[in-house]
Amino acid sequence: MRPRIVPTSEPLSRLIEELNKLPGIGPKSAQRLAYHLLRAPKEEVLSLAQAILDVKEKVILCSQCQNISDSDPCLLCRSPDRDRGVICVVEKPLDILALERSGAYKGVYHVLHGLISPLDGVGPEDLKIKELMDRLRSGEVKEVILATNPTIEGEATAMYLHRLISPLGIRVTRLARGLPFGGDLEYADELTLMRALEGRQPLEP
Amino acid sequence: MSSSRTYKTEAIVLRGSGFGEADRVLTLYTREKGKLRAIAKGASRPGSKLAGYAQVLSHSFMTLARGRNLDIITQSQAVRSFPSLHSDLERLSRGLYIAELVDSFTAEGVENRGLFDLLCCCLERLDQGDGELLLHFFELKLLKFSGYFPELEACLRCRRALDKETGYFVASEGGVLCPECCPPEARGFPLSAPSRKAMVFLSRSFPQAISRLRLSPRQLHEIRSAIKEYIAFLLERQPRSRLWLEQVSGEKVFTFKPEPEYNQRC
Repeated sequence: MRPRIVPTSEPLSRLIEELNKLPGIGPKSAQRLAYHLLRAPKEEVLSLAQAILDVKEKVILCSQCQNISDSDPCLLCRSPDRDRGVICVVEKPLDILALERSGAYKGVYHVLHGLISPLDGVGPEDLKIKELMDRLRSGEVKEVILATNPTIEGEATAMYLHRLISPLGIRVTRLARGLPFGGDLEYADELTLMRALEGRQPLEP
Repeated sequence: MSSSRTYKTEAIVLRGSGFGEADRVLTLYTREKGKLRAIAKGASRPGSKLAGYAQVLSHSFMTLARGRNLDIITQSQAVRSFPSLHSDLERLSRGLYIAELVDSFTAEGVENRGLFDLLCCCLERLDQGDGELLLHFFELKLLKFSGYFPELEACLRCRRALDKETGYFVASEGGVLCPECCPPEARGFPLSAPSRKAMVFLSRSFPQAISRLRLSPRQLHEIRSAIKEYIAFLLERQPRSRLWLEQVSGEKVFTFKPEPEYNQRC
C-alpha cells in the first residue's frame, strides 16, 4: 500500500515511498526511518547508500558453489582447508551460515536457490541443479550431503537429486532427522519419532 | 476461551505457504467443514509442536480457534502418517497431485464427507504402494463427486448405446460421441470399449477392487489421456503437479492424433 504522504518535501516523500516498498516496512515505519535518515550525520547516510549500491554492483554468484559472494570463486571454495571431495547441498545461502556456525563441517557447499515445489510450479530447471551435476561430473567429489529442509519440498528435492546423482557412483547422504535439542517427545509428530527411532545411536561405554 | 470460539476437526493439509517470519498458512480439507484456510503460528520454527502437522499431506485431528480472517490452529495430533510417501518420489508426486486436484475441484466451506473419506483412503493406499490405477480411480471418483463425470456409455448426441464400438472422447462435450456423430474437426480421440468399461468400473468400485483390473498398456494410455485432457478442460489449465508427475514417472501421454483407421471412420 502506498503511504499517504503530506507533501512537505519532494525528496523526503520519495524516500518514504521507496522505504515503504521494503518487506516488513509499513507506512509508519517508512516515515520513522526517513526522518531518522534526515537527522543522521551525512557520512552515516552516505555509507548506507554506498552499501546498498555495492550489494547490487559487487555481489555475484560464485561459479562453483552458487553462493552469493564478492569474488569468484568465493572464500569457501578458494580455501585450502576445505575438503573438495564432499559437497553439502543446501536450499539457500543462509543455510550455509547456519552450518558454518555449527563448525562441524569442513567440506564445500552448493546452493540450489530454492526447492522443487510441484504445487507452486517450481521444477528442477528453476534451480541450480544443472550446475551441481556439472560439478559432480568433474570426478573430484566422493560424497554429496543433501541438507535440504525436512519438508515436503525438501524431501522431493532430495529424492530427485538422489535419483540424478546415484548413477554417477557418488555416495549420497541425507542429514539425519529426529528430535530437536530442547524438544519434547510428547509434542513430536509420528514421522519425526519414527525417523528418530530408525536413526538411534548406541551410547559410548 | 469459550468453547464456541474453538472447534475440532479431522483435516488433511492440501497446501501450505510461509507467512511472516515463522507462520504457515495452510489449506485444509476437513471432514466437517470441507475446505478451509487456517494459520499455524510458529510452524516454521524447529521444535514447534505444529511443525510436523503443517506439512502438505499430513492427516491429523486439529483444534482451531476462530480468527478474524483466518482460523488459528492451536493443537494437532496425527491420525495417520504416510512414511512411504516421504521416501518415494513417485508416491509423493502422486500424493501432491491428489492434493492439488482436491484443492482445485472444491470450494471453501462446502462439506463433503464422502470426498474426505476418499482422500484419506487413497493416500493410505498410495502409501502402501498402489500406483497409477489408484490415481485414475481417485480422478474418476472426484469427477463423480463434483458432478463432472463424463458420459461414457452412450453417444452424447444421438444417445445411442456404444456397447463394443469405439467412441470418440471429446472433453469439451463432456464424454464420448459415436463414429457417426463425431465431426472431423472435433479433437476427439478413440476410447475403446474396454477402456470405457474400465473407467466406469473404477468410478463405481472400491479401492480394494482396483487390483482385480487388468489393463493393456494401450488401454491405460487411453484412460490416462482422456482423464488428463478432461481435467485440463474443466480447470482451464493442466494441474502443475501433473506435469511434475509425468516428469518423475516417465509416463508417456497419448498424443491426440487419431489412428488412420479411426480417422477414416469419423
